[in-house]
Amino acid sequence: MAKVKMSKNAASIDMTAMCDVAFLLLTFFILTATAKVPEPITVDTPSSTNKTKLPTDKLVVVTVGSGKENVFFDLKGREIRKRTLELMGDKYKMEFTEEEKNQFALMEGFGVPIEGLSQLLKLSSADRNKEGTQVGIPFDSINNQLKDWIYTARQANIELNPDGEELQFALKGDAKLQYPKIKKVMDIYQDQKINTFDLVTGLRGKDY
Amino acid sequence: MAELNTGDGGGKDGGKVRSKKQNSKVDLTAMVDLAFLLITFFMLTTSLSKPQAMNLGLPDKETDDTPQKKIKVDERRTLTIILGENNQIQWFHGLLATPIAGPKAAEYGKNGLRKEVLKLVNEVPQLTGDPKKGLIVIIKPTKKSTYRNLVDVLDEMAISGVETYAIVNDITPEELKLVQPKP
Repeated sequence: MAKVKMSKNAASIDMTAMCDVAFLLLTFFILTATAKVPEPITVDTPSSTNKTKLPTDKLVVVTVGSGKENVFFDLKGREIRKRTLELMGDKYKMEFTEEEKNQFALMEGFGVPIEGLSQLLKLSSADRNKEGTQVGIPFDSINNQLKDWIYTARQANIELNPDGEELQFALKGDAKLQYPKIKKVMDIYQDQKINTFDLVTGLRGKDY
Repeated sequence: MAELNTGDGGGKDGGKVRSKKQNSKVDLTAMVDLAFLLITFFMLTTSLSKPQAMNLGLPDKETDDTPQKKIKVDERRTLTIILGENNQIQWFHGLLATPIAGPKAAEYGKNGLRKEVLKLVNEVPQLTGDPKKGLIVIIKPTKKSTYRNLVDVLDEMAISGVETYAIVNDITPEELKLVQPKP
């Protein structure tokens, strides 16, 4: 019988090189990806067709939650954060230790009155984001700490970057918020002559 | 290469030597699949998780001691949109006392407000006879409207290409009456 000689190797493509490349790329993307920082409050932002991305550095974000007085303050940029805390400490006659300052620099947004800030800094990151721990920054006319935070952040930015770019501002509000409440925060911005700011929105579907 | 040495062909003088015919190659296909899946995941999440931002420029706040400048605007150019509660909109073209069109109710989205705005965007330069004098939209959010309503209307302005729009906070009682639920 005439036997057809089959090649012994199965006809499979050698995947080794492909696998190498794939994992190299994977490593690259994992390393360049910035870890998502947990936020103290979840906010359901309204969506828009706008595609401009929010800057990631030198940015002040005021988040307005749907609760009663839930206003959170977030500042991106470690050095600015540190200096901001120092300046706020001076203003409110409070002392913060070096350790607390470092903690604050690494922290994400927060929403406590400054009197409760050192208490908050003692907590672990997981405890901090528990519901009910952070009640919001006071921003009424008697005790307008939010205004001071924004003001000192700008001050710190000028000190650290004398001729650098200006601080950017953003407002992140819950979609179901009533207009007067968001207006209140807009007014705080505008009282300091911050007339241009970003509204944080989500992405809307294509056929809107 | 990804081959495992299984020691075949090693015993010529042994009694029972089962030499394996197949080279035991590790099949990497599944692994590559997985790797690419993860790559896709990371690529998409890194660029898409950044939130969008809508830039909003507001005029300087007027304090009491700033001299009041009255700017006269052709009433044919203005479209006033009043945002009421429960996602309702009322709009009118011109002045409320002598409206050119409206006041009419509209819905959010491409079949509601967008049509009216786009129509006026095209009409107004013809009315004024000057392509530079386009439509001016006055957005009046009432106290009962939500933040989503405001962002939706601002988005509508961006989609329709309205260059001049303003958020105005003083609402006259007549305008408020339009969005009040009918008893």
